[in-house]
Formats: sequence, structure tokens, C-alpha cells
Amino acid sequence: MKKTIRIPMPVRYLINFALLAVLLLTGNFLVNIVDRYYAKVLMLIGINIILAVSLNIATGYLGQLPLGHAGFMSVGAYTCSIFVIRASFLTNYIGEAATFWLGLLLAGIVSALFGVIIGIPALRLRGDYLAIITLGFGEIIRVILLNIDSLLGFEFTYGASGLKNIPKNTTFLNVFVLVALTCALVHTMMKSRHGRAVLSIRENEIAAEACGIKTTYYKTLAFSVSAFFAGIAGGLYAGYLGILNPNTFGFMKSIEILVMVVLGGMGSMLGSVISATVLTVLPEALRGFSDYRMVTYSLLLIIVMIFKPTGLMGAYDFSLSRLLEKGINVMGGKKPVKKGDGAK
Amino acid sequence: MLTVENINVYYGNIHAIKDVSFRVKKGEIVTLIGANGAGKSTILNTVSGLLRSRTGSITFLDEAVDHVAPHLLVAKGLAQVPEGRRVFLQMTVEENLEMGAFTRPKSEVDAGLQDVYSRFERLKERRKQVAGTLSGGEQQMLAMGRALMSKPQLLMLDEPSMGLAPLLVEQIFEIIRELHQAGTTILLVEQNAQMALSVADRAYVLETGRVALEGSAQEMLNNDQVKKAYLGA
Repeated sequence: MKKTIRIPMPVRYLINFALLAVLLLTGNFLVNIVDRYYAKVLMLIGINIILAVSLNIATGYLGQLPLGHAGFMSVGAYTCSIFVIRASFLTNYIGEAATFWLGLLLAGIVSALFGVIIGIPALRLRGDYLAIITLGFGEIIRVILLNIDSLLGFEFTYGASGLKNIPKNTTFLNVFVLVALTCALVHTMMKSRHGRAVLSIRENEIAAEACGIKTTYYKTLAFSVSAFFAGIAGGLYAGYLGILNPNTFGFMKSIEILVMVVLGGMGSMLGSVISATVLTVLPEALRGFSDYRMVTYSLLLIIVMIFKPTGLMGAYDFSLSRLLEKGINVMGGKKPVKKGDGAK
Repeated sequence: MLTVENINVYYGNIHAIKDVSFRVKKGEIVTLIGANGAGKSTILNTVSGLLRSRTGSITFLDEAVDHVAPHLLVAKGLAQVPEGRRVFLQMTVEENLEMGAFTRPKSEVDAGLQDVYSRFERLKERRKQVAGTLSGGEQQMLAMGRALMSKPQLLMLDEPSMGLAPLLVEQIFEIIRELHQAGTTILLVEQNAQMALSVADRAYVLETGRVALEGSAQEMLNNDQVKKAYLGA
């Protein structure tokens, strides 16, 4: 058999960076020429991608079913907004954009903390029970956001009337950068020793424990990383909408994100990205059908689940370099590289 | 190497293990045999830290390990092959083995892999194959190989013959014999008393949570009570 060509690691990174740069430039170019409506949809796609990819850590990789993702998102959204509003004096020193970035980071950290606090008791359960308990926590967060002002005695979250006048700092650029960062970080984490530990817990918790893996630690870790990125997405969402109301983050929002993950294929990052895109675009594209919009949306979900119950992508994950390798080898008349460890 | 003294384990109100004591010396194969519900697996899970005893003590390599978390015990050299194989079905054979070396430094992983592959030819052939596609016997080998990757001082096997065809059971016990000859200390829990006694040095017979009999494996094979109850003679 002839030798097959394999692309070395540094070149793979280079290829990926080149792709990102191309995407960013075309995206930025498009955003400037298309009208504002499309630009908004593009940003929403980005935010939803971060949400889906982050929930995928807990559902796809850890194999649990949390239903409180909107809760973490709202924690992030409120943290970032309140920070940006209250710390507006910072903008004089470091500028508006940097303040927003700081707010996003803080949003992630606070959400991750909530992830740890909720994760430790919740992750003792699994399956349906975990779903219910996280659903409960999600609702608790929402109700707290609604009522905390009267407890504190001063205006903090502005309860049901909503937090208004949030500076609209979310741009295509920072959404794009964060989407790329999220995907890259989650990907490298899952390829690392810690990622393997998380995957092995999904495969078989008892065996993982027998291998000497701190299951509680890794479950909580995965859960809070998931919450971290959800918080960042929440911060972006706040800067995108300009107004926050706790009721936006009800459990239907959690379900919506879960649908994206399941439709894309649990454990597939490409799946999450594609289905977050499709499920964001679809309701917008169907606006012309007005009344039938949600019917079509639901029908699509049913059809995909009947014909492809593992989701659009199953557990398949995308590697541009692998695709290139295949292309080069096929064109050179060589057999494509067989990657045994494939899917993940 | 391992000394268990007067442990009492409860599942809620059910008194599952009653004052059980036993010891495993270095280089031995000790087997715990008994019928369903005798408490064999419960004892193993207590030793490996998954369950707690209300009384007594468990000493491993001169160190009390009653209150050590399970994942730390693996690093101390106590490896368990859980009942029912429990391999990571969606990972490849090699990835499974690598997970076994989770507590070991990275530099030792390759040597460990070579060692396991030399012992289990079949696993080497299938190293890139996903574990879920292996047969029951191969999965049992993989589970044992995975446990060996952590370089255990004491290997605890929980019913390695479970759900396997007689020919495969022979193979698995052949491997246990080989491991023993290579100096591995083994605590073997089995329902298949005949096979277990044929490889073991010493045996403890359990009945409803108590040690009913103990002695060398040879004595047990010749014991009338054991013959009647477990060996079908």
C-alpha cells in the first residue's frame, strides 16, 4: 500500500486559523452591507451557537440532562448588564468595549460559580431526576431575579419591569470571536485528559470510578464549564437586546437550547453549531408563513427525530484537516487515511 | 497485604455482611465463593470504598483504608474489575486501556500498553476497534487489561466468568493463572466455585453474609459440604 499523506499538527492549526480569518472577514464584510435585520439574525445565531455548544458539554459529553440552562444564561445576562451599568465610570479609563469584555468574563465566572453551587447537590442524581432538579433551580433563579429588589431594598435587577438601557455593546465581531473561542476551548478541553475523564463518566460511571477518576469532581467541572459559557452567551444576549426581563429566561428557553443540542446530535459540536444556526434562521425565514411558522418548526423536529434519532450529525465531528487529507489522498489516487478513533 | 476485620455492611435496614474477616497475602489468589446474595460483591465494593462498613477495619499495605475515597485507592494500588465488565463502550480498546492508566504518570502509559498487549494478543489485534463491538470474552479481557494498566498491587475481580460461554471461562481463568504466576496478588469473587477453587490458593465460603468456611482451595474442593452445595457432587 502506498503511503498516505497526513497533515502535521502545526499545519492543521494554521489551516483552522486561516479558515477562521476568512470567515471573520467575509462575515464582517457582509454585516456592513446587509441591512440591520440580517446582521441581528447573524448575532443571534452566534449567541445560540455558544448556548448549544455549552449545553452540549453537559448533555453530549457528560451524558446528563440538565434543564436549567436558561438559568445560567440569565445569571450571566444580569451580571454583565449590571456590571456594565454600575461600572460605567470604567469606560472613561479603559473604554466601552473593554468594560463589556470584562463584564462578559465576570458573567462567565459568576455563572460558573452558580454551576458549582447547583451542580454539587444536583449531580448526585441522574437522568429524569437531574432534569427535574435543574428545572427547579432554573425557575428559582428566575423568581429570585424577579423579586430580589424588594429584599435588597434598592433597585438592582428592576424585577418584572425589566432592566432597561443596557448599552448595546454586542457586535458581530465580539460574537464571532467568542463563538470561535468557545468552540476551540471546548474542543481542546474534550480532547484533554480531563475531557476523557468526563467522557468515561458518560460511558460508565462505575467503571470510571474503578479507574481512579474523581467522578464527582469531573461532573461538577463539566457542569460549571457548561454554565460558564452559558453565562457568556447570556451577557452577549443582554448587550444584544438592550433590555432584560427575567421571564425571557423561563424553562421554555432551556428547552429551546436543549432542542438545538438534541437535533444536532448529542456529543457533536458540529451538530450543535449547525442546528443552532438552522433553528435560529428557520423561524425567521418562515415569517412569511405567519400562522404556520411554529407548525413547520415543530414538524421539522418530529421528522428529524423519526428519521435520524441520533440527531443530524450523530456523534460525528468535523475536522477540516481530515477532509483535506481525504481530498489530497483521493486525488493522488491513494486510499484515504482510516482514522480508527474517528467520531470524537 | 489486605486485611479485613469484622466488617458489617448494611443496605438501609438490611444487614448484608455480618462480621466478615479475611486476609489476602502477597502473591496469593484468594477467592470468595458463595451463592447469589451471599454478599460477595458487597464485600468487594466495601473494600474498594464504594460502600462503607459500620464496624471493623480494612487495612491495605499496612494502611487503614476504611475511609479513603475510591479514586484514591486506585492510586494506592488497589484495582477492581467491576462486575459485568463495564468497559467504555464507545471508546476504542486502546482508549479504554489508557483510561485505566488515569492515575499513572504519562511516561508509563506506553510501557503499560505493551505489557497488556503482550498478555492479551486479542486486544492488540483490536486496539483501534470500538469496545462495544467486542465479544463478551474480549470485553472481560479488556476490563482486566484496563485494571492492570493502573499497575495494581492487588487486583480484585468481580465474577469474571459472568455471562460467558464455558470455553471463554476457561480462557479467562487461564489468564488469571498466568497473572498469578507473574506475581500478581488477586482477590477473586466467583459463583463458579469449581473454576475459582481450581486456580485459588485459599478460599472463603460465604453464606448469607457470613463466612461459613475457610481454608486452602484444596481442602475446600474435598470438603463434603462444599461439594454438596456448590460443586454439584
